[in-house]
Amino acid sequence: MKHLLKKIAMLAVAGGIAASAQASPEADREAFQNFYKNRFTNVPMEEYPNGVYSIDPVGRENWEAIEEFSPYETFIDDGQEMWEKPFANGKTYKDCFADGPAIAGIYPLWDKKNGMVMTLPLALNKCREANGEKPLKYKKGAINAITSYIAFASRGQKTNVIIPKDDPRALEAYEKGKKFYYTRRGQLNFSCANCHLQNAGMSIRSEVLGPALGHTTHFPIYRSKWGGMGTLHRRVTGCNKQVRAKPFKAQGEQYRNLEYFLTYMSNGLELNGPGARK
Amino acid sequence: MTMSTKLLGITSAGVLLAGQLALVPVASAAGPSMVEEGKNIAFTRKKGNCLACHIMAGGKAAGNIAPPLGAMQSRFKSKAELKAQIADATVKNPETSMPPFGRHKILSDTEIDKVVDFVWSL
Repeated sequence: MKHLLKKIAMLAVAGGIAASAQASPEADREAFQNFYKNRFTNVPMEEYPNGVYSIDPVGRENWEAIEEFSPYETFIDDGQEMWEKPFANGKTYKDCFADGPAIAGIYPLWDKKNGMVMTLPLALNKCREANGEKPLKYKKGAINAITSYIAFASRGQKTNVIIPKDDPRALEAYEKGKKFYYTRRGQLNFSCANCHLQNAGMSIRSEVLGPALGHTTHFPIYRSKWGGMGTLHRRVTGCNKQVRAKPFKAQGEQYRNLEYFLTYMSNGLELNGPGARK
Repeated sequence: MTMSTKLLGITSAGVLLAGQLALVPVASAAGPSMVEEGKNIAFTRKKGNCLACHIMAGGKAAGNIAPPLGAMQSRFKSKAELKAQIADATVKNPETSMPPFGRHKILSDTEIDKVVDFVWSL
């Protein structure tokens, strides 16, 4: 197990220094998923979308009780209203997303035209702006309603991030996200991997550290600590703050690349958003 | 700041006194108040927050990421060695999860000395 961890860390270093051909995302994903398979031998792969509750039986009981009267339900309803209500110009989200609302499974995707990772919240705002509407904020508020509705409609789709081979910039973005994941930061000197890979399943005070595998499947989330809903980038902002690092901008390049890498690691896992968390 | 300066003053006065009377060796100048101070720093979330990862006597709801702290005097040759570990654990183990309390100035040098006195007593 230690050996595997080292191997992953080495892959990370290799990937960070040179986006060379040797570390393929597919080999990374296999090593990543095998790491958890070997650590939590009794946890089937399809459990990981449940986050920390896949490995913490006590937390799981509370979580299941919360899910009975899911705190995100009203957000799904509000999101549906947003989806159906025409913009001032008479068009709707459907004019931007013909396959909508069940479109969560295609994000994050590589936007070749703009040479960047396109996420669902960013795509929604592009649609709004193209139709003369103000963009939504990326951490709190209405963005969580519309993405709750889309996530709910997309439940059951499989995570399937694609890194197209015909544009080397896509692999570069992935490698940047990977480097971010393994880089120590902040006064407390933690990388994402320190907690959610190296120490997944261990306790920090009385909190069990959740596995990184499955982290991206269930956003947006209603988080009891927040007393409200938040996006993946809001959550990552919180992680950065906790290690006393200066957070990056929600939907900025760093977090988008991180999302690209992290979601790729969960390829094959079912989408089950929106979620509820402690 | 005023607090720690004051404490430092008291301590050096104590050391001076001890030296003059030649009753107590300087090494044991850490009186119960230093240990108590160190314990407070170690247990406080915004300070050492050692309980986040280490189980130790007197602490509640401790994490289990790192080894429990006990029998420290058999695990470290000297207080200086223990201090070096707290100041920057990545020197001994680059893959450690332990924050470098000294190198990243999470705690001041004086605070680390107090924590060392407390941990040394475990």
